[in-house]
Amino acid sequence: MKKLLITLLAMVPVLAFAAGPSIPLDSANNDLADKESLKRGFKSYINYCLGCHELQYQRYNRTFADLGISDEEGAAEWMYTGEKVGDHIKNTMPAKEAAKWFGAAPPDLTLEARFRSPDWIYTYLRSFYVDEARPFGVNNKVFKDVGMPHVLQNLQGIRTMDENGVLSPASGGTMTEQEYDAFVRDLTNFLEYVGEPNKLERKNLGKWVIGFLFILFILSYFLKKEYWRDVH
Amino acid sequence: MSNAPVDNGRRRFLTAATSVVGGVGVVGVAVPFIGSWNPSARAKAAGAPVEVNVGKIEPGQLVRAEWRGKPVYVVRRTEKIVADLGNHEAQLRDPNSEEPQQPEYAKNAHRSINPEIMVALGVCTHLGCAPTHHKGDFEQHVAGVTDGFFCPCHGSKFDMAGRVFSGVPAPTNLMVPEHSFPKADTLLIGVAPGEA
Amino acid sequence: MNNFLAWIEQRLPVMEAMNKHVVQYPAPKNFNFWYFFGSLAMLVLVNQILTGIWLTMNYEPSGDGAFASIEYIMRDVDYGWLLRYMHSTGASAFFVVVYLHMFRGLMYGSYQKPRELLWIFGMLIFLVLMAEAFMGYLLPWGNMSYWGAQVIISLFGAIPVVGEDLATWIKGDYVISGATLNRFFALHVIALPLVLVILVFLHILALHEVGSNNPEGTSIKKPKGSVKPEEISKFKYHKQYSEKYDIVDAIPFHPYYTVKDIMGVAGFLILFCWVMFFAPEGGGYFLEAPNFTPANGLKTPEHIAPVWYFGPFYTILRVIPDKLIGMIMMFAAIGVLFALPWFDRGTVKSVRYRSKWHLLNLTQFAICFIVLGILGTMPASDTANLIGVIASFGYFGFFVAIWFYSKNENTKPVPERIIK
Repeated sequence: MKKLLITLLAMVPVLAFAAGPSIPLDSANNDLADKESLKRGFKSYINYCLGCHELQYQRYNRTFADLGISDEEGAAEWMYTGEKVGDHIKNTMPAKEAAKWFGAAPPDLTLEARFRSPDWIYTYLRSFYVDEARPFGVNNKVFKDVGMPHVLQNLQGIRTMDENGVLSPASGGTMTEQEYDAFVRDLTNFLEYVGEPNKLERKNLGKWVIGFLFILFILSYFLKKEYWRDVH
Repeated sequence: MSNAPVDNGRRRFLTAATSVVGGVGVVGVAVPFIGSWNPSARAKAAGAPVEVNVGKIEPGQLVRAEWRGKPVYVVRRTEKIVADLGNHEAQLRDPNSEEPQQPEYAKNAHRSINPEIMVALGVCTHLGCAPTHHKGDFEQHVAGVTDGFFCPCHGSKFDMAGRVFSGVPAPTNLMVPEHSFPKADTLLIGVAPGEA
Repeated sequence: MNNFLAWIEQRLPVMEAMNKHVVQYPAPKNFNFWYFFGSLAMLVLVNQILTGIWLTMNYEPSGDGAFASIEYIMRDVDYGWLLRYMHSTGASAFFVVVYLHMFRGLMYGSYQKPRELLWIFGMLIFLVLMAEAFMGYLLPWGNMSYWGAQVIISLFGAIPVVGEDLATWIKGDYVISGATLNRFFALHVIALPLVLVILVFLHILALHEVGSNNPEGTSIKKPKGSVKPEEISKFKYHKQYSEKYDIVDAIPFHPYYTVKDIMGVAGFLILFCWVMFFAPEGGGYFLEAPNFTPANGLKTPEHIAPVWYFGPFYTILRVIPDKLIGMIMMFAAIGVLFALPWFDRGTVKSVRYRSKWHLLNLTQFAICFIVLGILGTMPASDTANLIGVIASFGYFGFFVAIWFYSKNENTKPVPERIIK
């Protein structure tokens, strides 16, 4: 019977590889514990993304607290449209109009990192290329025929795709490639944070809980052994 | 209750130790269940301090603000009203605000920071109705007192510092919430002076 | 205090029941690893009920509010994220322990006479559990919730004549809508849990009536007077058992199996918490990625996969090219399990003493079940379909084969007593 169990367990990894992305994604290598990176990402999000993409489930003051920003500083330096610090991070774009402009309303991005994965976001924002057939003149390698313009184009510069699907710079932006990658990594980091603000807390608590359970397991193991001396 | 033939020190120790550790575990598991009943971030955001611009309130006028879902009465008292507060103290149940119905800094003759501005919850301390403000025509309820609050539910009466008159159902003065003036004409309800 | 307890006891025999079912309940002394899963299923049931009650305190069962209320629980409610992960991880853990518990029954013949009714109650629990999980999965109102429910409910449309009307009736609308969500919510939080708890109660009553099986498949209850006095179990058992039988090779459930189960619970919780705290999405199998976008009736996820625990039955449905027959076979796959005590005509219970054929049959059944499960979570393809057809044959073949060979099976002699 043990053999059978081992066979069954051996099949579990097959399950894990059962589904995979079709386009290889670059690893974002972001660090959720890096608050400076999160702050830079938050700033970039406000400057470049928030105009179209809301974070409708996330509150300003929660973000401030998690990123080490005081409410006063936050209200003064991070909020522009007169909301209260307890409000959700929203914009004023009318959804119906937006759907007309872009073909589809720009999605809320609160959970984007959980829906797509951080690596996907990191790769996506670095995979725009020139395609005159598209309304905004750009297409994307990981999200074909995306409705979104390349809003970071003046930072990254313009890139073209050759027949092998390789992207190469046609004209430079205000950032070097390394700077742009770091910029996108910070943004990705922030989106992973927003997707699940409790992630670090969760893992931290997990260590304590599992440590505690090991003690309980060891004690209960000896307790069981002690009682079972009657049986054997 | 035990059906076990042997009972020794080691067994007692392990049983006790496992029970204690298991008990700690049960308490630990209870934490999220109990903790989740605290006010959520939404409730806290809705209960955030409320700003009122008192510069625009006419003398003698009452303005209602909503704070944590309750009405807060803000009145700009005239000099006469403030002066009259001392004249009917014999008729009050708690003229010196001995009951803790106000923050320490509002335990004074006018029960507020700024003598001109009265701040109190518009919630009768009897059963929670909203007392009506009588501006200049309060004498129908208390002879010799021109302004005050009358609760329509069970007839409780309060003066213009929110102090309750004797002989009515309401047991205590109206509650004065934490409040402060970050700027001269800005009243912040829900935050004590000097707090962030 | 003693007077008070006696007062209670005269009116409601609590201690009597405790003795009968726990302290003086004779359990075979040779329960192995596989016997942990019954108590673990109880643990998970309690976890699901408690966390479920707490989730309803902040969940909003409406098409407009459901998705946002989950994020409200995850972000705004203190420890809401923990309660939610306990519940979502618990759902998958429930099926893990129940499948292992059922497989234990298969291996040691715990469904055979006289435990048929016990097995049927267990199967009913499994059936209600699947309905419970299916309805619960709609509640987050994510896009996979929506389309998963869409696919399964539209199956009913395959039933001749009444099918389409039936599917509409279940939905309460022409599409899955807030009306569907509301009725699923009511059933998920009140009706089915109530049924589940009653069935679990009956399952345990039925178990204690006929007594627990064991890995040897022998009985610990011998006819009165057939055992030498010095060989009768030295422990005290409730008279309901000891007056009717000579009890051998047994131990009282408490304290021996209570301490053992506590150990099992601690070990299980280590694994459970590891998933819950470090991988609550379960690699995308416990919480599926498309469910992090709200339900959208106009946008199907690229690949609609049921949650992993429905995988085996979903594959059987999918590999059959006819919608109606596919649905019939899917329900038949559960139905044959109900009838297993009558498919198996053997008298030897444990796989340890049955023929090589039985071991082979059981092994291929387990493999086919897992393969079907894996295929159920994968996108359809020709290869997957072919493997799925083969595995489906293996699944049903188990029951056909056991019917034939169990009549005159070449079994090994079963020892009278539990030796090890």
